[in-house]
Amino acid sequence: MINCKEVSKSFGEHKVLDKVSFDVPEGVIVGLLGPSGAGKTTLINILTGQLTFDAGEVSVMNKDVNKLKGADKDKFGIMMDRFGLYERFTCAENLAVFADVYGINKSNIKESLASVGLEDAAKTKAADLSKGMRARLLLARALLHDPKIIFLDEPTSGLDPKSVKGIHEIIQNKKKEGCTIFLTTHNMDEATKLCDDVMLLNEGNIVERGRPSDLCRKYNKDKKIKVTMKDGSDGEYKQNADAADKIAELIRQGSLETIHSEEPTLETIFLELTGKKLEED
Amino acid sequence: MQKILVIFKKQLRDTFKNKTILIQFVMFPVLTLIMENCIKINDMPENFFTKLFAVMYIGMAPLTSAAAIIAEEKEKNTLRVLMHANVRPWQYLIGTGAYIWTICMIGAAVMSTGLPSEERLFFLPVMAIGFVISIIAGACIGIFSKNQMMATSVVMPVMMILSFVPMLAMFNDIIKKGAVVFYTQQLRNIFDEMSWSAIGTKSIVIICANALVFAVLFAVLYRKKGLE
Ligand SMILES: Nc1ncnc2c1ncn2[C@@H]1O[C@H](COP(=O)(O)OP(=O)(O)OP(=O)(O)O)[C@@H](O)[C@H]1O
Ligand SMILES: [Mg+2]
Repeated sequence: MINCKEVSKSFGEHKVLDKVSFDVPEGVIVGLLGPSGAGKTTLINILTGQLTFDAGEVSVMNKDVNKLKGADKDKFGIMMDRFGLYERFTCAENLAVFADVYGINKSNIKESLASVGLEDAAKTKAADLSKGMRARLLLARALLHDPKIIFLDEPTSGLDPKSVKGIHEIIQNKKKEGCTIFLTTHNMDEATKLCDDVMLLNEGNIVERGRPSDLCRKYNKDKKIKVTMKDGSDGEYKQNADAADKIAELIRQGSLETIHSEEPTLETIFLELTGKKLEED
Repeated sequence: MQKILVIFKKQLRDTFKNKTILIQFVMFPVLTLIMENCIKINDMPENFFTKLFAVMYIGMAPLTSAAAIIAEEKEKNTLRVLMHANVRPWQYLIGTGAYIWTICMIGAAVMSTGLPSEERLFFLPVMAIGFVISIIAGACIGIFSKNQMMATSVVMPVMMILSFVPMLAMFNDIIKKGAVVFYTQQLRNIFDEMSWSAIGTKSIVIICANALVFAVLFAVLYRKKGLE
């Protein structure tokens, strides 16, 4: 569905993408993870034909991205936070403009608003929407014309958990309909739950790629076990015969309160690979 | 064509929501009706206010609204979304321009209610031409400006020159000499005569030259910046 071959992009002296290569099969949710400034938005801009690149090849739906026709682009659904709304228009009117542009029946607008949980806000002005509602309206607009391939740039950044959950459900449903979804995030929790496949982007390179669960297993080298005692103290053991004896002893003494295996998360994997945190907070 | 209509319709829907632009469209027509009906001074030329305000209307409403609409759509990034939905830049510009022209023509029709009907048939086509030139000038500013703030500050001096200079020229001969190079001053002279046969070659040449200058400027800016 998407093929990227040795794509490089610089802004002046600053090299943002350095020979990035990957491909995305049809019908999956792919997450691009990386810290702020890694080049995630830049990559989405390139994949959607909004930005030219210096070297390499990009094809989407088996066509060179620079040669996409109008009819091809109609299969794209794009949501980026800087994409604006008509602030003086209501939610329904905002969608109506694009229903007209795409030549879609107006009756779809109601359905579309309902699908993102905005049916009650149809007559609310875009300027008066909360951040979460805004994001959902942007998503509804991106999905209005039933795109086959969906690009989402940080669809849930800065939203409350309920809105995030809603958006995740919509994305999952789109996948069930057979759409391919390419999204960026710096939330590793989101990536773990939502994506079939994640790519970790750092300093212009994809440093790791795979299913979230596979990656976690792959980096689970020194399998650690964490215990807390009844007296509140805690300890950490490596998974080996020595630790087994000690832990067994603790259980026998009856002083053990909890016991957990500690697996790596995408966050710790990223930290291990790059020495950087995904989210700066 | 369908996309042009969509843009036209979108703007039409915005007419009563966008108060700042609505005021631009309504102000001079209303002012004309009020002044023509309330103020009667002896020796005042026939339809003095209609002719005066007509030129100011041409110099203000289409210019400021074209610049503001384009600049706002750029600033809010809605234009980019339209482009993604396969609306071509020229379709957007024609749709928006056609909208402004239509609303201004309605305004002009309101202004012309005080004129004798044969003069009205002269007045409206001349207004129509003036609006087109101003819309192109406004579109230049809209394309040139990154955001609404910038558009407003560029529009200001241009609008002052185009709409106020012809008025000030009535009182000052030096200004009048300089003002002849602007299409608005020429339109002002043309409205004073109100007859096709009285339009001089010089006026036609100057108006065409003005139109050409703005059209070329538009082409250059559009080539260079597009609608980004
Ligand atoms: N138009 C541009 N001109 C110059 N530099 C740019 C431009 N766009 C992006 N950059 C630079 O490229 C780098 C990557 O930016 P990008 O927006 O792709 O990061 P990102 O991964 O999306 O970050 P974030 O998570 O904060 O959105 C940044 O250092 C940014 O300053
Ligand atoms: Mg970004």
